[in-house]
Amino acid sequence: MASGIRDKVAILGMGCSKFGERWDKEADDLMVEAFEEAIADAGIEKNQIDAAWLATAIEEQHVGKSGVPLAVALRLPYIPVTRVENYCASGTEAFRGAVYAVASGAADIALALGVEKLKDTGYGGLPQRGRGALNSMYWPNLSAPGSFAQLAAAYRAKHGKAPEDLKRAMAHISVKSHDNGNKNAKAHLTNKITMENVLDAPMIAEPLGLYDCCGVSDGSACAIVTTPEIARSLGKQDIIAVKALQLAVSNGTEASHNSWDGSYFATTRIASKRAYKEAGIENPREELDLIEVHDCFSVTELVTMEDLYVSPEGGAIKDVLDGFYDADGKIPCQIDGGLKCFGHPIGASGMRMIYEIYLQMQGKAGPRQRKELPRYGLTHNLGGFPHQNVCSISVIGKYGD
Amino acid sequence: MAEYNDVGILAFGAYLPRLRLSRKAVAEANAWFNPALKGLAKGERSMCNWDEDAVTMAVEAARDCLIGQDRGALKAVSFASTTLPFEDRLNAGIVAEALNLKPDIAAQDLTASQRAATSGLIAALQMARGGGGPVLMVASEKRRAKTASPLELQAGDGAAAVLVGTGPVVARLLASASRTVDFVDHYRGEGFEFDYTWEERWIRDEGYNKIVPAALADLFKSTDVKPGDIAHFAMPCVLPRVAAGIAKKAGMPDAAVRDNLHTVCGETGAAHPLVMLADALERAKPGDKVLVAGFGQGCDALLFEATADLAKLAPRMGVKGHLARRKEETNYSKFLAFNDLVAIERGMRADVDKQTALSSLYRNRRMLTGFIGGQCRKCGTLQFPKSKVCVNPNCNAFHSQDDHPFADTPAKVQSYTADRLTYSPDPPHYYGMVNFEQGGRVMIDFTDCDRETVDVGAPMRMMFRIKEYDPQRGFTRYYWKAAPASQPGAAKA
Repeated sequence: MASGIRDKVAILGMGCSKFGERWDKEADDLMVEAFEEAIADAGIEKNQIDAAWLATAIEEQHVGKSGVPLAVALRLPYIPVTRVENYCASGTEAFRGAVYAVASGAADIALALGVEKLKDTGYGGLPQRGRGALNSMYWPNLSAPGSFAQLAAAYRAKHGKAPEDLKRAMAHISVKSHDNGNKNAKAHLTNKITMENVLDAPMIAEPLGLYDCCGVSDGSACAIVTTPEIARSLGKQDIIAVKALQLAVSNGTEASHNSWDGSYFATTRIASKRAYKEAGIENPREELDLIEVHDCFSVTELVTMEDLYVSPEGGAIKDVLDGFYDADGKIPCQIDGGLKCFGHPIGASGMRMIYEIYLQMQGKAGPRQRKELPRYGLTHNLGGFPHQNVCSISVIGKYGD
Repeated sequence: MAEYNDVGILAFGAYLPRLRLSRKAVAEANAWFNPALKGLAKGERSMCNWDEDAVTMAVEAARDCLIGQDRGALKAVSFASTTLPFEDRLNAGIVAEALNLKPDIAAQDLTASQRAATSGLIAALQMARGGGGPVLMVASEKRRAKTASPLELQAGDGAAAVLVGTGPVVARLLASASRTVDFVDHYRGEGFEFDYTWEERWIRDEGYNKIVPAALADLFKSTDVKPGDIAHFAMPCVLPRVAAGIAKKAGMPDAAVRDNLHTVCGETGAAHPLVMLADALERAKPGDKVLVAGFGQGCDALLFEATADLAKLAPRMGVKGHLARRKEETNYSKFLAFNDLVAIERGMRADVDKQTALSSLYRNRRMLTGFIGGQCRKCGTLQFPKSKVCVNPNCNAFHSQDDHPFADTPAKVQSYTADRLTYSPDPPHYYGMVNFEQGGRVMIDFTDCDRETVDVGAPMRMMFRIKEYDPQRGFTRYYWKAAPASQPGAAKA
């Protein structure tokens, strides 16, 4: 049995660009913006970085393939740079690469940076992407909202919930995230919305309306990681450490075997269990203090509350409507505004979530700071479709705790 | 006559698209230009969904025809149409692959005349008589007509199929005759999109009224059957009263003249003689004499006698069932868009390159065209697509799967959505996960559905449809979609 990643790697510094329609910026401008914040936070020089990981997913829209775009944007000194792509979980994958490099001892200090420049397509929503020669001949002509929307029908059928109740809980999720995004200057959308706004919005993919969907934006986020010992030697106190990093990838069972009922994410259930074990968490509902999940769509956030074993099965609607996940609730979810308000520059999103946990743990989250400093924060980053996806989970906490 | 006794029709089927365009909607939209169109504004015409063409309709008509038949026995497929989606690629080959017919069969496309199907049927019967049957004769047509033309109102989209051979025929061939005359009532030159048509009165007087009677006279010379014995006379003609006049002049009973389905479907071009033949056979009683004629640069006539086996044919949709599977469409603009008769703003999401990797299509043709999945020999799990490793998490055996056809397996909706973001020629785009009876599932496009017919648990039937059309290269990509299931057996009700 592997010993796991718990307390082996510390976060030395993090940065996050302003997310939004950055019409005046190229992807490399966004990379520099996130990196400058992170390196200042880390208190090191660029040439102390031993290796780097770059996350991009729709690279054909901006920087193209390979690790070269990061190396060029930052003029990295010919160090190893690896580009990773794993659907919408790409950001957390770059983080995992850097963390594993430090944990293995192959690097003392490693950089993970995610970036996506999505607003050069000429239309709203995620860009159309190639699916491969064979997939394009038999996959349905599906969009992201259309595939995630199907969770709603299956969830309703499984738990016998009325469409109106589900829709109200979904609306509460979006209203809550906009309330939070309203306090975050780096968010793409900072306006508040009402239940009526959500319920009366134009339909995108039934039952998801416009406000059930996250935005699409440009952005970048960045982490510099090292060993707790080096972090301490660099003068860091109250070190923030990685407690768990798990990834579960669908193997086709959900898509092709009748055992999956379409109402949940098989990957999230597996990855979260592994992450709790790795982090030493026994009761997530009691022990987690803060969660940032992949709220690409309101219904995704709703079912994820159960897949993370925080809400009981069939109980997410009640918890959501009770305010359990609101900023002043027991476990705030998307206290920074989430994908809902940040939009989803794919390569950056996973690291943007970790950035928020990192700030909150240090009490540096400004007007949106949770009253009690969190002990355990969890991020959840999902890519693909409910019937075939990748799910990464990280648990972040205080070193030695 | 004795040599005809054991050759004839073993089974028949039909397909008409679900959409019926109101002729009133067409005539009203175009009355500003041609008020005379209002004279043609009665009833409705069948209209392909955006994802249907002559090939997809041919596959559906053939499936209807082959209910209860042994597909493995087929020796040949003939496909008649003047609107084949490929000018150089065997369209009958697509039909054969979609039907999962064995590769050791003959297949051919018959085209360039409105009587291609009747000529093909005569040839197929001759093949069968010589031991080359059973032969599947399928005819399908999706005619293109100019906006505000009479043809736009007269034509309908549809297909029919006839399985001919020896053995327990439901209608035995008694006689046939053909005449070939270079009479050009209309034509469509190479590279031209639309027909060019001459005056109707001349077509009637010099065409139908001279050429058809001559062919019928030839036919009756070769049989003891008298015109007065004919119970069903199936002859397509959009000109009013022409078929009835020809029947009367030949001495057939008035009651024998079958309706040309103008009011409910329109004339389905080269497919129409077989559509009308199927309609007549659905009405026929054992012993009835059925005469079918096809007109176009001459005339074919075939005389059949219904047998007692007609009543034993397994239930099928047929013409009657498909006429009942109907959704009225009053939006003429939609018809224009579906038929590429108007430059509609499809949006940038439609810009994606749709090039098809032909080598990949060929490797996967059993899956993509035939809708063949797999069944694990070790655990029995049905799965789509067929793969090298069994998907059952408790099995995961390597190299354990045999081919398993899914096209005719009923399915139920597990989850679905109506998507307004993704590009569709007919938004919102419905798709979802369907589970097959006995196991197996697929996330797949839906078709022919709307809010009233789709829900979790709704029964679905797989249909062969256009997946994408590549406008840069003229390639039509086909695959299967799930459609709300209709009730088979309507034709025999």
